[in-house]
Amino acid sequence: MAARSLPPAAEEMPSPWAPVPFRVAQRTAETSDTVTLVLTPARDAPEFPFAPGQFNMLYAFGVGEAAISISGDPAAPGSLVHTVRTAGKVSGALAAAGPGTIVGVRGPYGSAWPLAAAEGKDVVLVAGGLGLPPLRPALYTMLADRGKFGRIEVIYGARTPKDLVFYRQVQEWRARTDLRFQTTVDAADRSWYGDVGLVTARVPDLRVDPANTVAFLCGPEVMLKFTVQALVAKGMTEDQVYVSLERNMKCAIGLCGHCQLGPEFVCRDGPVFRYSDVRRYLTVREL
Amino acid sequence: MTAAPTPGALRLAEHRFFVGAPSGLADRLEPLAVERSYAFGDTLVREGDIADRFVLIYEGKVALEIVLPDRPSVTIQTLGGGDVLGWSWLVPPPEWWLDARAVKRTRTLELPAGPLRAALDAHPDDGYAFLLRLLPVVAQRLDHTRLQLMDLHGR
Repeated sequence: MAARSLPPAAEEMPSPWAPVPFRVAQRTAETSDTVTLVLTPARDAPEFPFAPGQFNMLYAFGVGEAAISISGDPAAPGSLVHTVRTAGKVSGALAAAGPGTIVGVRGPYGSAWPLAAAEGKDVVLVAGGLGLPPLRPALYTMLADRGKFGRIEVIYGARTPKDLVFYRQVQEWRARTDLRFQTTVDAADRSWYGDVGLVTARVPDLRVDPANTVAFLCGPEVMLKFTVQALVAKGMTEDQVYVSLERNMKCAIGLCGHCQLGPEFVCRDGPVFRYSDVRRYLTVREL
Repeated sequence: MTAAPTPGALRLAEHRFFVGAPSGLADRLEPLAVERSYAFGDTLVREGDIADRFVLIYEGKVALEIVLPDRPSVTIQTLGGGDVLGWSWLVPPPEWWLDARAVKRTRTLELPAGPLRAALDAHPDDGYAFLLRLLPVVAQRLDHTRLQLMDLHGR
């Protein structure tokens, strides 16, 4: 009988529950309640490769863990970049972590934006509020290999001009000629010369070939729903649209069920889903 | 603002509002249209004034503003090329309920309310078709307003 290979001893297997210590190397205030943290390994560690759209579980020691999307450049895996908005105790503790603070990292987890499927096509990114950070790695990747993609259109909506994250970088993107980056806010005073209104209002003006376009959406679920409607009215189909969903993730490895959405575990099967695969669950109340 | 009718420069039939409209509707209204151009900062309409026209925006950007006493004006929406401004001329009392200000150089075609209503009254089929074009605009603005009220991006 052929010898069956045995699993490595338990002590050799990395525990899925054990966070790896990272040190906050840089903390940048994005808005009044949102910061971007650059994390570097606290111990000698290999690089931390990830795919655009994936997330990590960040551990504020003594407080708890939260799922936070990776917002950095996949081509620079030596450090981890996360953008965190204060929404509760854990995110508040993470957002308050200054340089030198040790945080725990488990990950990366989840599915990614299907960039390979987008090659040769026009690409539309629609972000609402803190939906831009999970999309930024995809934009970095596309811009680094710009020739592989058709037109790139980004629509980014926020509550007010003061709530726009990555403000300086957004201005740089808006100045580029190889993508069109539109920003819009829900309300503004006269000092704002940009657009005011919902991201959906910008969809009819997209300069893309609807039959040969892929859309990546991230933001509040109601925004996703109405944006998909607008994209369909533009001539796209729901299976051309991918969304990043947010649920209450705890284990992040598809065991605990906290993030279950119908038959899907958002942490394991998502957070990036093809919209046509999950749309029926998004209308189920209490799900 | 420059009221500079330059016939032929802009055509009603080419505006998104009339795309898919019954044949001839835009052409029948074309003689009423006045082309206008607004520089940055020009006011198109002012709250409280008589709503005397229907404005079709071809290019540029227009901010719809609500003036608040003792507070800075609030921009609640911006409109651009392909959008239309104003149904107040159809709703009594016909007065503007907000300010509209050009925040980019803006070109429009404008249909004066009186002659437009007369034309639509005289040809009810055209009137019905026109309202079928206008109602989705109103409904979309209402939907957007509801979503803005939900403060989706808030805490």
